[in-house]
Amino acid sequence: MFTVRIQAQDFDAATEAAALARGRTDIGAIVTFAGLCRAQDAPGGAPLIALTLEHYPGMAEEEIGRLVEQARARWPLIGATVIHRYGRMVPGDNIVLVVTASAHRAAAFEAAQFLMDWLKTSAPFWKMEERDDGTGWIAAKDEDDEAAERWG
Amino acid sequence: MRVLYFAWVRERIGIEAEDIDLPEGVATVAELAAFLGARGEGYAHAFENPRIVRAALDRRHAKPDTALGAAREIAFFPPMTGG
Repeated sequence: MFTVRIQAQDFDAATEAAALARGRTDIGAIVTFAGLCRAQDAPGGAPLIALTLEHYPGMAEEEIGRLVEQARARWPLIGATVIHRYGRMVPGDNIVLVVTASAHRAAAFEAAQFLMDWLKTSAPFWKMEERDDGTGWIAAKDEDDEAAERWG
Repeated sequence: MRVLYFAWVRERIGIEAEDIDLPEGVATVAELAAFLGARGEGYAHAFENPRIVRAALDRRHAKPDTALGAAREIAFFPPMTGG
């Protein structure tokens, strides 16, 4: 089963992973990755109060769906679930979930990393941060582009 | 054509979306960005560095030289920072 959900509400990583495996006996490996809202980027920096994630409704689902199709073409996946939240999040909150299931671990690990690397640079989401010293849009990082491009 | 704006592109222009009749001579993503950038102060600010602003045509990423063709919707936005 392959699922992409864009939602404001929280998710539970363990529940989503269990749902992917329920009733199946062909899955040998499940990788679960959760991305969380982090309070501090650098020691001494102003702590983050909150992140607000804006997204492009419609395209967000479609673009992540295309990434899942690419992952399926590269690895023998049995299932995958990708959930990306939007709205305001505070440190400790869940932002994104990628769960991949395969017969063996290499495919599940690699596909999860591929999905996360590409999701960060091509899924239409934008983060605005609130700190004590003001608010602003987070700039894209070159290393995120490089992480995606290494997959060729 | 429906034109959507997101994140700081939206903030600088001051609206989320608008409908635009494509003028003659505007046939690509880059040409539309240049046309929009000349429409006023907020637009000029949003498109001041056109290489940074990304676009999606009918909800698919599009390069500056992509032809607008029969697309119904285009979106302009900063580089993405999800995940």
